[in-house]
Amino acid sequence: MLEIRNLHVSAEGKEILRGIDLKVNPGEVHSIMGPNGSGKSTLAHVLSGREGYEITAGEVDFKGQDLLDMKPEERAREGVFLAFQYPVEIPGVNNTYFLRAALNAIRRHRGEEELDAMEFLRLARSKAKLLKMDQSLLSRPVNEGFSGGEKKRNEIFQMSILEPTLGILDETDSGLDIDALKIVSEGVNALRSPERAFVIVTHYQRLLEYIVPDFVHVLDRGRIVKSGDKTLALELEKRGYSWLREEAGEAQPVA
Amino acid sequence: MTEAVLETKKNAAMKLAGLARREANGEPDWLLDLRGKALDQFQVKGLPDRKVEAWRDTDLGRLKAMDFQSSTRESDFGGVERLEDLRFASLDCPRLVFVNGRFSTELSSDADSLGGVTLGGIAKQADANGSVRAHLGELSKWQDNAFDALNLAMFEDGALIEVQGGIEVEKPIHVVFVNLSNGQNGPFVVNPRVLVVAGESSKVSIIESHLGSGEGSYFSNAVTEIVTGDNATVDHYKVQLELESAVHISSLGSVQERDSNLRTTVITLGGGLVRNEINSVFAGEGGWSELNGLYLVDEDHHVDNFTRIGHEKAHCDSREMYRGILADSARAVFRGRIVVSEGAQQTDSKQTNNNLLLSDRALVNTKPQLEIYADDVKCTHGATVGQLDDDAVFYLQTRGISKEDARVMLIYAFAGEVVNRVGVERLREELDSHLLKWLPRCV
Ligand SMILES: Nc1ncnc2c1ncn2[C@@H]1O[C@H](COP(=O)(O)OP(=O)(O)OP(=O)(O)O)[C@@H](O)[C@H]1O
Ligand SMILES: [Mg+2]
Repeated sequence: MLEIRNLHVSAEGKEILRGIDLKVNPGEVHSIMGPNGSGKSTLAHVLSGREGYEITAGEVDFKGQDLLDMKPEERAREGVFLAFQYPVEIPGVNNTYFLRAALNAIRRHRGEEELDAMEFLRLARSKAKLLKMDQSLLSRPVNEGFSGGEKKRNEIFQMSILEPTLGILDETDSGLDIDALKIVSEGVNALRSPERAFVIVTHYQRLLEYIVPDFVHVLDRGRIVKSGDKTLALELEKRGYSWLREEAGEAQPVA
Repeated sequence: MTEAVLETKKNAAMKLAGLARREANGEPDWLLDLRGKALDQFQVKGLPDRKVEAWRDTDLGRLKAMDFQSSTRESDFGGVERLEDLRFASLDCPRLVFVNGRFSTELSSDADSLGGVTLGGIAKQADANGSVRAHLGELSKWQDNAFDALNLAMFEDGALIEVQGGIEVEKPIHVVFVNLSNGQNGPFVVNPRVLVVAGESSKVSIIESHLGSGEGSYFSNAVTEIVTGDNATVDHYKVQLELESAVHISSLGSVQERDSNLRTTVITLGGGLVRNEINSVFAGEGGWSELNGLYLVDEDHHVDNFTRIGHEKAHCDSREMYRGILADSARAVFRGRIVVSEGAQQTDSKQTNNNLLLSDRALVNTKPQLEIYADDVKCTHGATVGQLDDDAVFYLQTRGISKEDARVMLIYAFAGEVVNRVGVERLREELDSHLLKWLPRCV
């Protein structure tokens, strides 16, 4: 489904990603861990098409298409979804209105009928209920005045409505209490299917107890330095990241 | 100042003064007398230039370059159907229609249909109606402001809306000024005028539409005076969609008596050179005043909003929110003066001016001016000039919304802060559809 080959990315003249290789098949869940500033969000943003990054080498194939050649909205319509580490507040734009516009843009692209306001509201209410999200958030401006947890929940709510084929979750668990974490994880697990894949960026092994990954990768200074199964996450939790550099023959500790 | 510039300046003012009507036309002596004084005042003052502080950021070159031919012009509009085609001309409420400054009985609703309300042309009522004599020219600043003086000297007719005490007028009252330019009658001058007198505990909504039709250049010099009586509520809208070759200069004078509420919303959608001035004064305690504004400016057009709120009495609140959207190489000026007099304790005043620049050639000059002579007051102000938030655009795109749609959505939401406060549903709908037509061209 997704194949990243030798991806090099710079921003403002500084190389952030220094040769990423990653293959994600349908049905798989990949977790990406790594120290602060290692390039995890950059990878997520580049996959979603954010401007301001220079791709200096490499390619990304998504369902047989050149992903890097597509506009952000085209990627979204083809099934890429990014749950932001820091969701943006959009004053004046109503959550429900915006999400219906988004869903209908995607449905048009798929050649499906658009949903009218009533149909959409019904869908939105049922999904909000599953995520135990306060219904009043539906009619508020997107993320405006939402608490940190509400913003994260809103991301997963959007994902459950848009039903992407590739969900990229950037630290969706950060700042969530254990109850919220369980609910959000259930929301993600409900979407897991043989056709759908997830890339989950996290700092905490805790999340991976609820969303069990097939693979765990460690990103350090712009490179995937180690890959393994879910037990790698447990090891990282115990030992931190520095041993990986020592293993690679480097002496300096990680900041 | 070079001689040539001096010459143009003189010329424009002289031409305008020369056009002022001199014949009596059956007007009462007091009015003729007032007009004479106003004309003298205009001739003494002349048109302002940028050395005058209040005009520092607005150049009247476009006006001064107009070679005025006459103040008489075609006013045969050709029937109601054509009026219905103009946006903001039909809002499903009683209306008074003026074509090129002249009252049109044919296009207006029946003036006698509203109980407790006097509705009609000022000219006809000048003799008999006590309010006209008591208030006409009283609230506008014709002694200081050349354009107010010019209007008073020259205005042919205008709308009078007088609401008796205790009357709540159910439907908004709509005053439509159509400026019809056929390209051959130009450049001409019109002086639209509105006088609103809301009696004690009355309630009324008033919409002024200033609409251009046809092509060619003209100068519309509008004056509105509003007296909001004790405990009365006035909701006033001025929607302006003049031709882009037109110059529109307007001035609103308002006096609020004790415990009164005034909301005035100035919506600027057209005109090549525009200036909207507001002078609003609290003359009694316990008043509430809300000044809202929205301006959409494109091409090389220039819009100047100049407001002054005079807190002369204690315990009054004012809220001011102006928002502007600028495309191409548009220019906008916002000056918001708030003057709190000595003794106007417990004043609570809040002012914001937010501007969205859609092009890096557009320019905004915004300046709050607080003058506070009382010590127990709460006054805040804030101005912003910014571009669309790229992060927000990207966020919407990652949900499948095209970049263009995302931009429209965000600009629309920005304008919505003002549009959503419009209390007349039909007007809000018309504004919405105008916005949705205007916006995509600018993203
Ligand atoms: N647009 C940009 N311009 C310049 N530098 C950038 C840009 N985006 C990211 N960086 C830098 O690239 C590095 C990687 O940032 P990134 O946000 O991808 O890290 P991260 O792994 O997500 O970290 P965290 O765990 O703290 O979220 C950082 O040093 C960051 O400052
Ligand atoms: Mg990050």
